[in-house]
Amino acid sequence: MKIEQARKYHKIDAVIVGAGLAGLRAALEVARSGLAAAVVSKVYPTRSHSGGAQGGIAAALANVSEDSLDAHMFDTIKGSDYLADQDIVEHFVNEAVNTVYEFEHMGVPFSRTADGRINQRPFGGHSAPRACFAQDITGHVLLHTLYEQCLKHNVLFFSEFQVLSLLVQNDVASGLVAWDIREGGLHIFHAKTVLLATGGYGRAWKVTSNAHANTGDGVALVLEAGLPLEDMEFVQFHPTGLYKHGILLSEAARGEGAYIINDRGERFMKNYAAAKMELAPRDVVSRAEQTEINEGRGIGGRDYVYLDLRHLGREKILSRLPQIHDLALNYLKADSIKEPVPIQPTAHYSMGGIPANIRTEVIKDAAGTVVRGLYTAGEASCLSLHGANRLGTNSMQDAATFGRIAGAHMTEFCRQNVFADLPTKPLDVAQGKIDRLWSGSGLERHAPIREELQENMTKHMGVFRNQDDMLRMLGIIKELQERYRKVGVDDRGQAFNLDLIEALELENLLSFAEVIVEGALARKESRGAHFRSDFPKRDDANWLKHTLAWRRDGKIVMDYGKAVVIYPQYQPQERKY
Amino acid sequence: MAQIDIQAKILRYQPEKDEKPHWQTFAIQVADDSTILDVLNEIHWRHDGTLAYRRSCRSSICGSCAMKVNGRNVLACETPVHRFGTKLKVEPLSGFQIIKDLVVDLEPFFAKLKRIKPYLIVDKPLPDKEFVQSPAQLEQIGESTLCILCAACSAACPSSWPNQEYLGPAALLKAYRFVFDSRDDGADQRLEIVNDKNGVWRCHTIFNCMEACPKKIKITEYLSRLKLKVVENSL
Repeated sequence: MKIEQARKYHKIDAVIVGAGLAGLRAALEVARSGLAAAVVSKVYPTRSHSGGAQGGIAAALANVSEDSLDAHMFDTIKGSDYLADQDIVEHFVNEAVNTVYEFEHMGVPFSRTADGRINQRPFGGHSAPRACFAQDITGHVLLHTLYEQCLKHNVLFFSEFQVLSLLVQNDVASGLVAWDIREGGLHIFHAKTVLLATGGYGRAWKVTSNAHANTGDGVALVLEAGLPLEDMEFVQFHPTGLYKHGILLSEAARGEGAYIINDRGERFMKNYAAAKMELAPRDVVSRAEQTEINEGRGIGGRDYVYLDLRHLGREKILSRLPQIHDLALNYLKADSIKEPVPIQPTAHYSMGGIPANIRTEVIKDAAGTVVRGLYTAGEASCLSLHGANRLGTNSMQDAATFGRIAGAHMTEFCRQNVFADLPTKPLDVAQGKIDRLWSGSGLERHAPIREELQENMTKHMGVFRNQDDMLRMLGIIKELQERYRKVGVDDRGQAFNLDLIEALELENLLSFAEVIVEGALARKESRGAHFRSDFPKRDDANWLKHTLAWRRDGKIVMDYGKAVVIYPQYQPQERKY
Repeated sequence: MAQIDIQAKILRYQPEKDEKPHWQTFAIQVADDSTILDVLNEIHWRHDGTLAYRRSCRSSICGSCAMKVNGRNVLACETPVHRFGTKLKVEPLSGFQIIKDLVVDLEPFFAKLKRIKPYLIVDKPLPDKEFVQSPAQLEQIGESTLCILCAACSAACPSSWPNQEYLGPAALLKAYRFVFDSRDDGADQRLEIVNDKNGVWRCHTIFNCMEACPKKIKITEYLSRLKLKVVENSL
């Protein structure tokens, strides 16, 4: 199909996919420079899941105790189980403080110290109170503030558009094709630069803190375009997901002093991380919880433990953690002022994603060859800032800081380059996806396939992994991919066709889930959030490296790139908390 | 956990087929601790794939799933079925054009927001670090920043229904949020915008917005303070 067959054709300097913190911050940077920036998002910007982040944004402001950039850097590297690229971490901590002040100048209503400065609270794995926060709705206020700034600077919004294909040829990006969810029809976005800021991929699991929207569309598009994904096996399980629902109860609860207890009423973290207790990094706490549950010390022998806030007292809970209190009350009828709240590990954050360099340019191989005009930032990306495990509050900082950096580099690229030519048949891939679903036999529905994927990912690809489980999972994914070919949609309408969108999202989930499992199978060690019962030790001699995975001829193939270790003082060492 | 039988009566409108909205009742089984969103998902995933609705975070923060259930504006994701019993009547938010089923056109809602200059306006030089803002100053605006722009308030506002020009509670609340922010220098501009028959004066203190707000923001109170500020400013 030719360009003229698109419902609409747009020609815009910078097209940004995703309207969370990374996407909006990048758009703002481009728009402020006077160039045209468009944000294409499957939801209205303020619906993005950055708004679900609660506890804080990390920056060594030293407002409530001593802190330093070096300490932030070391904590991040140690938290990553030494897989983070140290040049990226250095760039990150150097920019982080400014990012927070800039947010404050934009109007973010940060919680304050008695003398009117930004307040900070402790968070897991950070050696100082470094989390700048607004009660426990930090992500919400950061997201809304950025949206407001984007309105001010006339960023163009294409809300409720689902991106169906990236236009990349000969390692040059020229735009993308998206389906207009509201009215139907394909739009071509012809761009000098494209940013993929599509967030995480937690919806591949049943128990997850992620929104319905977090189906890893960006990573799937990259894979489809013949480009690699990086470190997809590293998925963080947050220790305090609301039991059964998986909904996030912020680590801010523990930052404020909450306990985690087992069936015996013990603060069992003393057996796993005696120094840091509940404020050990998330991978450590989730493993401890799962061990307690597996060994029969879950509450009543069941698959959950308790988050206990009672000793914090009513005033502190309602003033510092009101959202957490409401969520527990609403969804589990648990009043955290009076009773402990049932929790379990929940799939939360994607350390892996689209490989990019320090300029946020997408790279296509271990040598770092750049795909011109294509950028990525935030949770969708893998720079790698978080290595094998991310510290809490580093994600919002990552999204905002590298969003801004991406915007700056995109602006520069736009000024120096003309629009690349579109492929001769730019609509074909996108139209093909829709045609397949509209003409699908309908012998299968998307929902049962997705549910089987999610249930099995939670069962086989959780906190603890082993070869047998993963091989089983791989088989299940292959079978589900086969069944997906028979999926049809009930809804043949153009306007707000949720059936079509969910079917398209499922194709993405099934695509990258295979990469997660293959990467995890190949990585015969335990590091950060990737823990293998059959290889329980970290193996720096063989595995201090990043996975790159491509889909080629229907198979996943892998290559590896060395982790960047540049500072003698940050050489890998045993990780204890 | 027990299963319960539910009768969900849903206002359907498929623009390509229907001339006007009509009711359709689904008899389904769900777990007794299900939310309204769980009910919609159950219908959409297993009974009728053509059902359209918005949802995302399913944890009361994204604001996608505001709709009317048994006459009340709620977030579907946080509202348990048992609040209404086993007979549900689900319809889109009032006062907006229906795009399809439970999905309404929110473009006018967001356009109104933009009219009140919903961003911090700073004329003074920026400090090297943060602006100093006392906890008491923050307290002035704290609750108003909870707004998730779900539009439940505007859809509950009788002053908004007949008058598409009225800024409505959400945009006015946002105006309050910036006018009362100690860091902001744009109060005069904003007060001029809201000092209009389709601004604060169209609010007749009916309190529906407050009752509808899933975040329990005291919107009417803040709008009253905004009115007072307009008066003070024009004296």
